[in-house]
Amino acid sequence: MTNTPSSSAMSGTLATPAAGGFSRLFGLRKSPTRPPEDTAAKRVQFNSPLLPYLFLAPQMAIIFIFFYWPSVQAIHSSFYLEDPFGFGSTFVGFANYTDVLKSGEYLSIARFTAVFTALVTFFSLAIGLLLAVTADGVIKGNATYKTLLIWVYAIAPPVAGLMGMMMFDQHIGPLVKFAAFFGWDIKVGLYYTDTALAMIVVSVWKQIPYNFIFFLSGLQGIPVSVREAALMDCRSGIRRFWTVTLPLLAPTAFFLLIINTTYALFDTFGVIDVMVKDKAANNPITLVYKVYMDGFRGNDLGGSSAQSVILMVIVFVLTIFQFRFIERRVHYS
Amino acid sequence: MTGLALAFSATSSLAATNITWWHGMAGRNGEVINEVATKFNASQTACALTPVSKGTYEEALASGIAAFRSGEQPNILQVFDAGAATIINAKGAVIPAEDLITKAGYSFDRNAFIDGVRYFYADSEGKFVGMPFNSSAPIMYINDEALKKAGVEAPKTWEEFEAAAPKLKEAGFIPLVQSQLTWQFTENFFSRNNIQFATNNNGYDSVVDTQLKVTDPNLIMMFDKLKSWKDEGYFGFYGAGWNDNQKMFEENKAALWIGSSGSFGGLQKTAQMPFSATFLPYWGSIKGAGTSSFIGGAALFAMSGKSDEENKCVADFFQFLTSPEVQKFYHQATGYVAITKAAYELAKAEGYYKEKPAAEIGIKQLLLPAGEWSKGYRLGFYPQIREIMEREYGRIFAGEVSVKEAFETIEKEGNELLARFAKTAG
Repeated sequence: MTNTPSSSAMSGTLATPAAGGFSRLFGLRKSPTRPPEDTAAKRVQFNSPLLPYLFLAPQMAIIFIFFYWPSVQAIHSSFYLEDPFGFGSTFVGFANYTDVLKSGEYLSIARFTAVFTALVTFFSLAIGLLLAVTADGVIKGNATYKTLLIWVYAIAPPVAGLMGMMMFDQHIGPLVKFAAFFGWDIKVGLYYTDTALAMIVVSVWKQIPYNFIFFLSGLQGIPVSVREAALMDCRSGIRRFWTVTLPLLAPTAFFLLIINTTYALFDTFGVIDVMVKDKAANNPITLVYKVYMDGFRGNDLGGSSAQSVILMVIVFVLTIFQFRFIERRVHYS
Repeated sequence: MTGLALAFSATSSLAATNITWWHGMAGRNGEVINEVATKFNASQTACALTPVSKGTYEEALASGIAAFRSGEQPNILQVFDAGAATIINAKGAVIPAEDLITKAGYSFDRNAFIDGVRYFYADSEGKFVGMPFNSSAPIMYINDEALKKAGVEAPKTWEEFEAAAPKLKEAGFIPLVQSQLTWQFTENFFSRNNIQFATNNNGYDSVVDTQLKVTDPNLIMMFDKLKSWKDEGYFGFYGAGWNDNQKMFEENKAALWIGSSGSFGGLQKTAQMPFSATFLPYWGSIKGAGTSSFIGGAALFAMSGKSDEENKCVADFFQFLTSPEVQKFYHQATGYVAITKAAYELAKAEGYYKEKPAAEIGIKQLLLPAGEWSKGYRLGFYPQIREIMEREYGRIFAGEVSVKEAFETIEKEGNELLARFAKTAG
C-alpha cells in the first residue's frame, strides 16, 4: 500500500484508455461520477522531502533487482567469453556481437522473428477487434458470448502450446486430418512453413481474448450520444466504423499494439518451446528462443548475453518509434 | 511417490549428513531414482540422500551450473553425454569420482566396468571423472510380424537392409524409422564403423584446435543413402522429435526402428505387436566396421566445494550404486544397461535375458570388440553442435540442401563453436 502514488502514476500512463471499461463490461454502465478521494489524493503534501522517496523505495527496489541489475549483468557479460562454471573470463570487446551479427543463421532467425511478430500482432488485433465489434452489437445473452470469448485468456502459454500441438499433431491432430481432406499434408516439426503456420495460429489464438477484452471495453467507452449522432449522419455501418468508432478506439488500439508486439516477441516462448518439442532442428524459432538455446542449453553465456542486449535494443527502438510516430496520430479524448 | 521419498529422507536426516542429488529424469525413470535413494537411506544411517528432479537433462545441467556459480551446488549432479565436455573441462568444478572413492578408503577397479562405459566420462589417462549411471546404446528394434510377412531376416548390415527394404515396403510397412539422427547416425555411426569423428583423438586429448571431421565420405554416403531411401519409401522421417518417429513403430506401421536400449521398458507397454531387437547395423563395405558403440545416457558428478563428511557420503553412495544388486535393480526397472560386469553376470545367472532377450542387446553391443574410434567423443559446446546437425538434417530431408552442403555447413559452424569453446576453457 505504501507505493500507491507511484503505482497509480505508472499504470496511469498506459491503462487510461481502458480504465473504467472493466466495470462497464459486465453491465455496470451506470457507474457514479469519480469517487472524491481520487481528486483529494492529488493534493497530498508531504511534510518531509524524504517521505515520497521512502514510499517509492519498494517499487524501485523491485525494478532495480529484477530489471536493471540483470540488464547491467547481461551488458557486462556480453563483452566477455566465459566458461560456464565461472572459473575464468576473458574480455573480448565486441567479438560476441560481431560473431552473432555475422552469423547467417542469426539473421535468418531475425527475419523470421520480424515476420512472425508482424503477423501475430496484426491477426490477433484484427480478429480481436472484429469479435469485439460483433459482440458489442449483440443484445441478447451477451454476457455468455463475452465469457466464452474471454476465458481462453486464462490458459497458460505452455498449455495453449500443448493444446495447439495436439491440434497439429502429425498422427492424431484434427486440423492435420482436416487439411489432409483437401490434399494438404501438414507436418509440424518437419516442414519449416508448416511449423511456422502452427506457431502463428496458436499464438494468435492465445492472444485474441486479451485484445477482445480491451477492444470491447474501449467500444463501450464510446458515449452513446456520439454513436447516435453518427447514426443520424451516416447510414453505412462500415463507414461509421472507420470514421467514428475506430478513431475513438485509437488510444486502446495503440496500447494494444505495444502490448501485442511485446507478446509476439517474448511471451510466445512457451508456445514455441512446446511446438518444437525441445529440438528446434530446421523449424523456425524467434530471437528470444535462440537466446535460450545458446544460453541455457548451450551454456554460452557471452554469446547469449550479446543476443539479449541486441534484443533489448530492438525493443527499445521499437517502443520509441511507436510512441514518436504512431502515438502522434492517436487522439485521447 | 516423490513426497513419500522426500518425507522418508527428511525424517532420517536429523542426525545424518545430508547430501543432495540433482537429476534430469522424469516419469517412471524419476520414480526409480527415488526408489534408489530410499534404498540407500535404508541401507545405512550416516548419510541421508535427497534426489531432486530439475526437469530435462539440459535443465539439470543449467541449474547445476547456476547453482555452482552462486555456491549453492548440490553434492551430486547428473550430466548427460553431450554435456560431458562442459563439466569435465571445467577444472575444479568436480572431484573426479575415482579420487573421491579412493579417498574414502574404497578400492576402485576400472576393469569392473564394461568396456563401452569406461572411457566416455574418464580423462585422457582413463581416470573416472564422472560415475557412469544410466547408460544406453542405440539398438535396432524389429517388428517380428512385419519381417515374417515380408519373408526377410533382420539385417546386420546396411547392405542387408537395402536388399530387404523393397520386400518390407511391398508387405505394407515403412521399412525403417529412427529417433535421433545425431546420436544414432552420426556419433554412433563413427563408433560402429570405426571412423574418426574429430581431430585431437576425437577431442579427448585437448580442446585446442579440435576440428570436426564430418565431411568424411563414409558419413556423406550414409546420409545420401538415407535420403534416397526416403525418396524411394524405404525410410520414414518425421522430424527431430523422438516420439513422432517412435510412434510409427509402436503402431505397427514400421518394420525396423532405431531406438535406445533404454526404450525397452516403455516399448513393452506401447508396442501393438511382438517385437525383438538386434544391434545397430553397420556398413559391411567399410573396412574394420562392426565395432562397439559407446555409452549414451548420463553420469553422476561429485561437485567440489563440499565438506569431507559430505564427500564421504557421496563416495558411499557411488559405492552403493555400483554394487551388483543395485545395478541389476536399476537395469531391470528402467531398461538402462547394467554398467558393471558383475551386475550383468548376476542378471544373466538369474535367467533374466532368457525371459527378455531384447534387454540384453544394449549390453552386448557395448561389449563388442572396441576399435580405435569406438570410444565416443569429447567436444565442447556439443549440445549446440547437435542443434546445428538437427537443423541441417531437417533441411536434407526437406530437400533444401544437398548432403554434402549440409555437412560442410555443420563442419564450418561446428568448428567455430569448438574454437569458441577452446577460448572459454583456456
